[in-house]
Amino acid sequence: MSTDSLVKIRDLNFSYDNRPILNGINMDFPRGKVVAIMGGSGCGKTTLLRLIGGQLRPTKGSVEVNGEAVHLMRHDALYAMRRRMGMLFQFGALFTDISVYDNVAFQIREHTDLPEELVRDLVMMKLNAVGLRGAHALMPNELSGGMARRVALARAIALDPMLMMYDEPFTGLDPLSLGVIGQLIRKLNDALGATSIMVTHDIQESMLIVDYIYFMSDGRVVAEGTPDELRATKDPFVHQFLYAEADGPVPFHYPAPPFAADLLRGGARG
Amino acid sequence: MDKLRDLLTKLGSQVTERLWRLGFASRFFVAILAYSAQTFARPHLLLREIWFSGVLSLIIILVSGLFVGLVLGLQGYETLQRYGSSEALGILVALSLVRELGPVVAGLLFASRAGSAVTAEIGLMKATEQLKAMDMMAVNPLARVVAPRFWGGVISMPLLAALFSMMGVFGGYLIGVVFIGVDEGAFWSQMQASVDFREDVLNGVIKSFVFGVAVSLIAVFEGYDSIPTAEGVSRAITRTVVTSALAILALDFVLTSFMFRSL
Repeated sequence: MSTDSLVKIRDLNFSYDNRPILNGINMDFPRGKVVAIMGGSGCGKTTLLRLIGGQLRPTKGSVEVNGEAVHLMRHDALYAMRRRMGMLFQFGALFTDISVYDNVAFQIREHTDLPEELVRDLVMMKLNAVGLRGAHALMPNELSGGMARRVALARAIALDPMLMMYDEPFTGLDPLSLGVIGQLIRKLNDALGATSIMVTHDIQESMLIVDYIYFMSDGRVVAEGTPDELRATKDPFVHQFLYAEADGPVPFHYPAPPFAADLLRGGARG
Repeated sequence: MDKLRDLLTKLGSQVTERLWRLGFASRFFVAILAYSAQTFARPHLLLREIWFSGVLSLIIILVSGLFVGLVLGLQGYETLQRYGSSEALGILVALSLVRELGPVVAGLLFASRAGSAVTAEIGLMKATEQLKAMDMMAVNPLARVVAPRFWGGVISMPLLAALFSMMGVFGGYLIGVVFIGVDEGAFWSQMQASVDFREDVLNGVIKSFVFGVAVSLIAVFEGYDSIPTAEGVSRAITRTVVTSALAILALDFVLTSFMFRSL
């Protein structure tokens, strides 16, 4: 990977209530690239995003964004940094009591003193970029899942962030919306000159749009490479994940005593 | 022996958890106060919350106040006429309302109507990651969501209690003067002469302010601290109503014992 990385993660460890979530993670996210973090549910992907955004502090190791250690920042400095970050949450996390327009205008109004005419122009530009300028007057409960995700995307790019983070952007979307969101992530990243980190387990869509992939399992990076490198790899974990095989290095069965022994226990519970 | 140990462990962990929560609530309160300047610097946020907590609670407060006044009028007249002092009905109705019933009943209604709504709103914002999203946008949810709702409740509560008392007095007047025929002059003049502004009215306002702080703090805290699931939010709403009711009644006893010491 390129040495000019916007985000650098070194020897990152994170535990929650003494339960280790992340173990010795090293990652680089080069400027201008779209990088995916993949892995099964509960492998620590979303936790990693929250550590990059400074919402959690590592137990050990470092997270640097644009040369600054996020985990050492004080509240004001962290908020100044977050103004240059955008995050798309799994289900959009739109503010349900205000309209699509006000959702996208939220950050602009909070962080700038721009006159309302200019705010309107910016909001319309962002909504146009996601194809929803015509939906500006709708309320979030009037949107489909895919539309809500696109509005959330417009809101996340409202202040032209240098870093975009996507938490499971494809979850629960129909194939058409899924393709639209995938293309938007790529196009917006290139148009904004941003760097994108995408946490996902949607293999097919992600392989089409990302530059680099990290595979995680049990809080560790188990494989990494470009989509082409990973397609060609013989690594059993990557193979199982890419081709959605039920059993393999990630077992189908949750750890349990032998099946026969369990059956012979009769009516005894637990 | 093992059972006893388990029991003690369970008891100990419950006490520790409650103490921890109390400590968290105290820090939360201090944080709200620290962000309050931002709330007052953006009056449109505060006005929105006064609208939701105060104005939208008006119907229930006014109707309840009227009925409480009507009942007070009936019961008061029934008792007073036994001693031949039915003209004192105005004093009885007014003192009962401004000293006790106004702040307490308005507080209980406010907790059920506005407190539960605030808890539900903040809890659902948490469950749908709206608070996290706000935080990631470098907008502090405590300053933007919690503090305005807290102050909206604190400002609304004394006004609602005053309106409750006003409607109650009107209810007492309707029953006593209009329907039963107590002398109107005696009703109002005795009330004017006997209700002291500082002793009675001001103390009632202080009570309603304290109840407003308690209910609003409980409502925003329970919402913010709720488990972000449907069940977690519903439990938080229940806790808001129950804890608020107990807090109002306990605080009422403490405040009354300090305020009316001549008793």
